[in-house]
Formats: sequence, C-alpha cells, structure tokens
Amino acid sequence: MSVIYVLLAISIAVAVVFFIAFIIAVKKGQYDDSYTHSVRMLFEDEIIKEKSKK
Amino acid sequence: MEHKTCFHCGLDASKSGITFDEKSFCCNGCKTVYEIFSGNDLSCYYDLQAAPGATPKEIEGKYDFLDNEKITKKLFEFNDGDIRIVSLYIPHIHCSSCIWILENLNKLLPEVSSSLVNFGEKTVRITFNGDKLSLKDLVNLLSRIGYEPYISLENYESGKKKIDRSIIYKLGLAGFAFGYVMFLSFPEYLQVEGIWLEKYKHIFRWLMFTFSVPVVFYAAQDYFISAYKGLRSKLLNIDVPIALGISVLFIRSTAEIVLDIGTGFFDSLTGLVFFLLLGKYFQQKTYAFLSFERDYKSYFPIGVTKIATDGKESSIQVYDIQKGDRLLIRNEELIPVDCILMKGNARIDYSFVTGESEAVSKKSGDKLFAGGKQLNGIIEVEVLKSVEQSYLTQLWSNDVFKTNKEDVFKSLTNKISKHFTIAVLLIAALATTFWLIYDSSKALNVFTAVLIIACPCAIALSAPFTLGNILRILGKKKFYLKNANVIEQLAKINTIIFDKTGTITANKSSKITYEGEQLSLEEESLLKNTLRGSNHPLSRALYDILNEYKIVTLDNYKEHLGLGIEASFQKRNIKVGSAPFVGYSSDLVTKNTAVHISTNNNYKGKFTFYNDYRKGLSKLFKKLKKDYDLAVISGDNDGEKDNLTKLLPTKTKLLFNQKPDDKLEYIKYHQSEGAKVLMVGDGLNDAGALAQSDVGIAISENVNVFSPACDAILDAKKFNQLFSYITISKSAIKIIKWSFLLSFFYNVIGLYFAVTGQLSPVIAAILMPLSSISIVVFTTITTNLLGRKLT
Repeated sequence: MSVIYVLLAISIAVAVVFFIAFIIAVKKGQYDDSYTHSVRMLFEDEIIKEKSKK
Repeated sequence: MEHKTCFHCGLDASKSGITFDEKSFCCNGCKTVYEIFSGNDLSCYYDLQAAPGATPKEIEGKYDFLDNEKITKKLFEFNDGDIRIVSLYIPHIHCSSCIWILENLNKLLPEVSSSLVNFGEKTVRITFNGDKLSLKDLVNLLSRIGYEPYISLENYESGKKKIDRSIIYKLGLAGFAFGYVMFLSFPEYLQVEGIWLEKYKHIFRWLMFTFSVPVVFYAAQDYFISAYKGLRSKLLNIDVPIALGISVLFIRSTAEIVLDIGTGFFDSLTGLVFFLLLGKYFQQKTYAFLSFERDYKSYFPIGVTKIATDGKESSIQVYDIQKGDRLLIRNEELIPVDCILMKGNARIDYSFVTGESEAVSKKSGDKLFAGGKQLNGIIEVEVLKSVEQSYLTQLWSNDVFKTNKEDVFKSLTNKISKHFTIAVLLIAALATTFWLIYDSSKALNVFTAVLIIACPCAIALSAPFTLGNILRILGKKKFYLKNANVIEQLAKINTIIFDKTGTITANKSSKITYEGEQLSLEEESLLKNTLRGSNHPLSRALYDILNEYKIVTLDNYKEHLGLGIEASFQKRNIKVGSAPFVGYSSDLVTKNTAVHISTNNNYKGKFTFYNDYRKGLSKLFKKLKKDYDLAVISGDNDGEKDNLTKLLPTKTKLLFNQKPDDKLEYIKYHQSEGAKVLMVGDGLNDAGALAQSDVGIAISENVNVFSPACDAILDAKKFNQLFSYITISKSAIKIIKWSFLLSFFYNVIGLYFAVTGQLSPVIAAILMPLSSISIVVFTTITTNLLGRKLT
C-alpha cells in the first residue's frame, strides 16, 4: 500500500481530533465569555498574608 | 476646603469628614465596606482599580421574600443536597476589581465554595453550601459590600437560560471543511499531468465530497430553511439565490466526480458557506448585559409582604396576590398592583407610569396604582386587582407588544435580492437557450455555471459586515443597538418624537429660582435648619442649593403631610410649603412646582422649580429640525410650555398631559400618514410608544438598569450626539450600496466566464474568496473612517 494512504489517514485523524476538541470546548461554554478570562489570568496571590498580630 | 474623593466609590468626600485608616470616605456605608475588605485581607481590591466600589444601599427587609422556599427554588440553577448554585445579575460589575472581589467571595463567606464572574453578562455564578448559608444571607452580604444583585420577576419566570451556540459549531465545521477541501483540491489546481495524480485523484475527490456533505446539510441549513420560508410567503429574499447556488454547486460537483468529468467546486462551496456564516456571526453581536425586551416584569419585585388576618407577616409571590389581600409596602418599594391605602402616609412617585416628575401624597382610603414607588416609610394597602389586571400592566395587552418588528421589516439586501434573483435566472435561461442551439453539449454546463457564479455571496456579506461594524462603533460611543436592522431603520426616519421628563430633562436635578422679598441671613439660616429635618424630595433639593449655616436646634418643628413644614427658633417662626399653607392666596396659579415661604406669618416669596434640560438640547433640535419633524410629548402638565417654546425651534409640536396610551396612539396616527417615527423615551410610561414607533430609543442615566423594551439604549450623557448617530446610519446605508456595486462588478466578470462556458474550478475558487474578502475589507475600512468622525 502506498504511503500516501497512511499520510492521508494520519492527517485526517489529527484534524478530526482537533475538531472534536473544538466541539467539546464550545459545549463546555468556553466560548460563552470571551472577556473575563483575559482579566482573571492576571490575578495571582493578591491576598495579603495574615497579619502577625492576629 | 480641600477636595477629597471617597477612597471606596470615588464620590466627593470633602464635606463628610469621615476618615479611617488615613483615607477619606463620602459616607459611613463606604467606610463599612472598606472595613469589611481590609479586615478580611481583601484591600487589594483598591489596588487593581482606584475607587471601584459602590455605596451600599439600605436593604433592611428588602430580601425577606428569599425566605420563601417556593421562590428561591426557582432561582437556583442547581439544588441538590447541600450544594446550591445560583446565578445573580449584578449591574455594578464594571472593572477588574469587581471580578477579583467577587471571585474571592469565599474569603468573606467560607460557605461559598466557588464563584465565577461573567463580565460580559455582568453575572456571577456562586456555588455554596445551602445547609449552612441561606440565599438571603448571601444576597444581603453582596448588598452590604456594594454589589447588590438585581432580582426581579423576570428571573423568576425564565428559569435556566438556554444558550444557543449552533452558529459557533456551524462556523467551526465550515471552516474546518473549507481548509481541508482547499488542501485536497490543490494538486488539481496546478494541473500537473501524470500518472501520480491519475492514480490518487479519485480518493481526493471523494474525501472532498465527504467533507462537503455536513457543510451543506448542517452548516448551511439555515439558508435553505430561510429560502423555503421566503418562497412560501412569496418573497425572494437573499437566501433564495444563496440556497440555489449552494444546491447547484453541490449537485453539479457530485455529478462531476461520479461521472469522472472533473473535480467539482467543493472548495468554492465550503468557502462560500464559511464566509457567509462568518458574516452572520459578525452581525450577531449582542450586548449580553443589556436587555432590550424588558416589560413591567423586570421592574416588579418577586415577592411582597402579605399581612394575614391575624397580623402575621409572610412573603408571597407577586402572582399569588389576590383581591382583598393586605400588603405591606416598605420605603422605596414598588407597588405591584392597584390597591387602596389602608394605613400609613403614602408619598407615591409615579414617574415610571406617567412620567410626572413630582411625587404625590395620598391619604388612607385613596386609590393607589401599580407601578408607583412608595417614598415615605411603611404603608399598608388592600389589593383591588391582581397583577395582570392592574392599570399599568394592561398596557402590555396592547397588540403592539405581540407583533415582532423584525418580521415586518424588509431590509435593503432583501429588496435588492428580488431583482437580482430574477436577473440571474433570466441570464441563465438566455445563455442556456443560446448554447442549446449552438452547442447543446455545453448547455447544462453553462446553466449551472451561471447559477454558481451568481451566488450572491458578496452581496450577502455587504450588509452584515457594514452594519455589524457600525453597531460596534456606536456601542463604543455608548449607543447600544438591539440588532443591525435598527441601523437601516434609523436611516429612514423622518419624524422624531421626544418624551419630556427624564428624556430631554435631566432626571432628578432641577433649576430653582427665588421670587419675592429678599430673605435676611437669619431667615435663610432658619430655613436651612428647618429643611434639614425633612425628607421630602423638594426639601432636599432646596436644602442643597442654600448656603451653609451653623446647625442649630430648633425649638419647635412640625411636618404637615401634603402641606408643608412649620418650625420656630428664638421667637422666629417659619412656614415652608404650599401656598395656602403659608397663608398666601394668590390668583396667579403657577403650574410649576413651587415652595412658598412665610416668616412670622408674613409672606416672603417662593422658590420655583424648573426642569433642567439636558446639555446641548437646543443645539440638537436646531440640527434636527432641517431634516425631521419634531415633537415633544409629555405626561406632565404644561407648566414648562413657555420655557420649552423658548428653547426649541418654533416648528416643534408640544403636547402635554398625555397618558401612555395617548402616546402610542399619537405615533400610530403619524405612521398611518406615512411617517417613519423615531421615539425617544425613558420610562415604562413610554413603553407603548417605544414599541409602536419604527425605532424606539430609551435614554438611560445608567445603562445597566431600568430601561423599557426598545430598539436601542442611549447613554444620557451622549444625548446631544443623537444627530450624528442618525447621520452615521445614513452613511452606512450608502456604504452598503457602494459595496453592492463592487460585488456586481465581480459578478459581471464571473458571468462572462460562465456564459461563455469557460468556468473552471480554479477561476471559481479565485473569484469567490476574492470578491468576499474585498467586500469585507472595503466595508471595514469605510465604516472605521466614518467612526472616526464621531466624538
């Protein structure tokens, strides 16, 4: 069998995997809110550590 | 005095004198919120954004209805065992600090396990332990830190919202197929002759076919449905030639590969669907945090306090209110039904219902109408009618609210498409007849080629991209449109009708002028001190404009409901209130609100309250009068008539004492004479007029809360820009027409190839994306240039 069939099969398989990943992402609501995440990722340990006198 | 701003909310804090932690605050409420945050190590809230907070409002008892399990059950998204999930709409969400504090809610309430903010929709989804924390406590805490959620009847009815994500799926699928088919058709584009291609082209072609099937039958299904609907109602909308083009493309391509004649046009087919969906997606932009469909339901509270015959208080749903029930209405609460006042002093603000700006006093036994807001302590009422039958809510039974404006509206694209479709079919028929005579073997080829190349992809893209972009530009300028059709409608307007109160006047502020004998310093000081004690809105307004005086304790102070105030200090007596109350009988009755003053039973004079008109009003009207018929229609009395005639161009029609129904009928009448009416209003009393008009714009001081159902919401600060917004809509229509011309140009080139029987897949694959992309580029650049002119 020619290598072209193998390559075609692989390329389609990879593409379909990504396509399924895309569908799952949409289904989980990752595309519903496209703004908040951009802010949220910039937060880190802003919470002030317990003060010593407590 | 040194100017200081509140560390929490950013308001002026120079006068309050409240400082804490070396920071100044405008009121105790703001200080308390700061104390809560700093005490819980959350003071970072103030580092992310300066003065991000809101002053917490008094909410004592307001959320008692959340004790009622029947009500709360419907608000929960998820409710199992001790885990509860609730989504709350919080209008105040506006910056990164808000996201941060709400997502760190569990630092304040350990029972909250997670909270997630959706900034676009201004909602927060909170998961919490329902056994340890009640929804009421949660809502109370949010309100205490200045993030009061907005819970209304609307939430109660809708329950869980279903999100429609189908357009994203379709777009993803079409894009995926488009890319893949392009790759697969590449070898044959290059037309390399040889055994290699001969051997593999069949598998390539059938793969392309496989990828196209879901594109045609799933991604493009909306076009077929819409075309079918259009044909059934005898309309040649733009989707008819598109559906025709897609089906011809698919059938011919399939036939070609089955009969082994050629590669077909699968690349053009998938590309076409992808671009069309892209346009659709672009136009679909909506303002998730705004609601354009509000009716009375979003104004009304879900629950009210009912007093049983034995005096026990309980919370019931608004819909469960029955005739004869006794209800308790608290300060600042809305009266949900028509009723009779039984106990307490009512001062009702009917501005929602009638547009009348001044609150009215009612005695026990008087009838109160639904939609009024109680401003003066607790009252008890007896119900006369249920919610649906009340005077205000009956307005919504008018037919206007049942017809959908979009169904009636015929867009520019659809108008063009009618002629376009007929022309294309004609050309196809002519070309086919010619070839039937000349060389019949090519006839079918030419017929399908014409239908393929004439598929109006570029035309269908012109409007979505132009209008979608204009929508976005206007949104940045705080003019929020419900959808892109509104722009086309706005361009056609020739009559503009304004509501008065709250629309052309600024909501709460008013101009106060004094007429009469000059008050001495002592008298003015006494007046100021007298007004200090009163909570009446007129007293508050008057108090704010008087000079500062030393605070003294009055010897005597008495408030006469509905009449005025009487006070004395060191043998000096003052009466403030209505004309008869202060002992002034004048034949000169003013229609404007006035407060009369007398000291020691000598009449001094009166303070008259005039409406304060929005900035740039007269300028705006001057600009508008050249092209439009103007009218001002008001629920108020005609006290402001002279003032308005001075301000506005002489042509402007002025109508006063108009009820909500009258406004609606007035617009209907104008429309029956062929006018295209733009209604600009603000309150629920304009709801009928806004729905009846061709375009209804609601003016809003705060776009996040309270605007009736409408086509567009305009931020009150941008009111004077209205003219330029209408102008830009007109320019947008011109851009669409120009891009139509551009796409016709491409169509002519394509038709030349098609008619002469030379259309090869390569030409189609070049022409189709080229025309689409150049339309997108053209419309985007021109609309952005237009947007720059706006200030």
